[in-house]
Amino acid sequence: MKEEVVSLKVSNLRCGYGETEILHGVSLEVKEGEIVTVIGPNGAGKSTLMKAILGILKPTEGKIIFKGKDITGKPPHEIVKEHICYVPQVDNVFLSLTVEENLEMGAFIRKDGYKDKIAEIYQVFPDLKDKRKVKAKKLSGGQRQMLAIGRALMLDPEMLLLDEPSAGLAPKLVQVIFDKIVQINKDGISILMVEQNAKRALEISHRGYVFVMGYNRFEDTGEALLSNEEVGKLYLGG
Amino acid sequence: MHIFSQIPQLLIYGLISGSIITLGAIGLSLTYGILKFANFAHGDVMATGAFFALAFLILFQGLGFTTQPFYPLSFGLPLIISFLLSMGATAALAIFIDKILYKKLRATGRITLLIASVGVAFILRNSLQFIWGPQPRYYIKKIQIATSVPFLGIKIKPDEIFIIAVAISLVILLHFFLQKTRMGKAMRATSDNVELAQVTGINTESVINWTWAIGAALAAAGGILAGIENKFITPNFGWDMLLPIFAAVILGGIGNPYGAMLGGMVIGFSEEISTAFIPTSYKPAVAFIIMVVMLLVKPRGLLGER
Repeated sequence: MKEEVVSLKVSNLRCGYGETEILHGVSLEVKEGEIVTVIGPNGAGKSTLMKAILGILKPTEGKIIFKGKDITGKPPHEIVKEHICYVPQVDNVFLSLTVEENLEMGAFIRKDGYKDKIAEIYQVFPDLKDKRKVKAKKLSGGQRQMLAIGRALMLDPEMLLLDEPSAGLAPKLVQVIFDKIVQINKDGISILMVEQNAKRALEISHRGYVFVMGYNRFEDTGEALLSNEEVGKLYLGG
Repeated sequence: MHIFSQIPQLLIYGLISGSIITLGAIGLSLTYGILKFANFAHGDVMATGAFFALAFLILFQGLGFTTQPFYPLSFGLPLIISFLLSMGATAALAIFIDKILYKKLRATGRITLLIASVGVAFILRNSLQFIWGPQPRYYIKKIQIATSVPFLGIKIKPDEIFIIAVAISLVILLHFFLQKTRMGKAMRATSDNVELAQVTGINTESVINWTWAIGAALAAAGGILAGIENKFITPNFGWDMLLPIFAAVILGGIGNPYGAMLGGMVIGFSEEISTAFIPTSYKPAVAFIIMVVMLLVKPRGLLGER
């Protein structure tokens, strides 16, 4: 692996909705160029972690440092300017906009032209090119997911946050999406994802974390977690 | 047979009133799309725009800026300039009201915003009444004779052709803005999914400002055109406009500006054509019945989604 520079560092994060605390002090880090996956049962706080990093939810305690800069509690549009881009699990495309308009919106804060970038995205996801004038609501589930990732790539992210990228997709498409994630990562983009499809996700991850009930439970390389008996029994379906 | 021979003429009236309703309905629908609340002050914003134009017109007269009317229209350059200035002033007022009121209430939910807008409606209407008095005010005092259009059996005034042409031009401009410009697309994106717009980096606050500005400018245009058509304006006429514009927005599908255009025209035509069969004073009831039926049968509206 490359030189190990910590890109994102979350330490002792407490966060939740109103009075209900979901994350009771979790920590994690993503090194530059890594794919890191957070797995865990429902209610483990995986999505809450994403929302806290993005500034959609305000943490009550703890720190989020990105490339040495404290970004804890900043609003979403500030976080985006740090080139942290996010693909939500659901409602992740603008349904009434065309494919091309969706990509253009992804480049909203870019000062330079975005046309070349769109061409690049079409190279990564050739399916989208054929559908460029089609409204996103007419796309299949897999195409929507590709569009959502494509939109997030429009800003040249340094880090991509993916919330359940394979949710609701047919098994064949899951493989396609994971292959794309690896391809994107090879271009130098660090990736933090949370996944229900734990086995497949860990297979492509450099490292992984297991969250349970808002606490860190395990942390290891993707491979080691896959072969860890306890993790396997509890969270990978045996 | 007599009734049906009136229809072509009533279609013209429908086109005129549909144009005015449409301009009001678009703003109501846009603000609903972005902020998700029904703005009950929107009719009074139309009236405010109409009175802004009157204020500029009086100012120009005071400054000695008067010209011959543009033949065959019954008005000249001062009213055209007042028209444009009023659109700007009304847009600025809408952004100002948002800054001092709605923005602070946004986090509290849409019902609070709706109630606040009823308050704004009262403030606007009573301010107009306080400043201008309850009596009708006139842009133009001259009576214009309608000209017959050969073969079609209809009569139309040059001013009315102006009304229709302005409404169509504004709708085309809006369409161009929404489809071709970055801010227009961002408005559609924000209306579609606010949370996604935010994490995409779209500055939703500036989208909101644009929405208020465009909605209010179009409302002002509608109010002024209504003043040109009716020959007079009163502080109350905005409140009377509220029912047809709400009916138009609900008919077309709330939140969708294209639905508002369709709904505006349908309400305009329905109201006017109804006068061939029922007394004219029932016009508002027609809009009301269409609105109620639509809410019962297809609450998403003709062009509504999801």
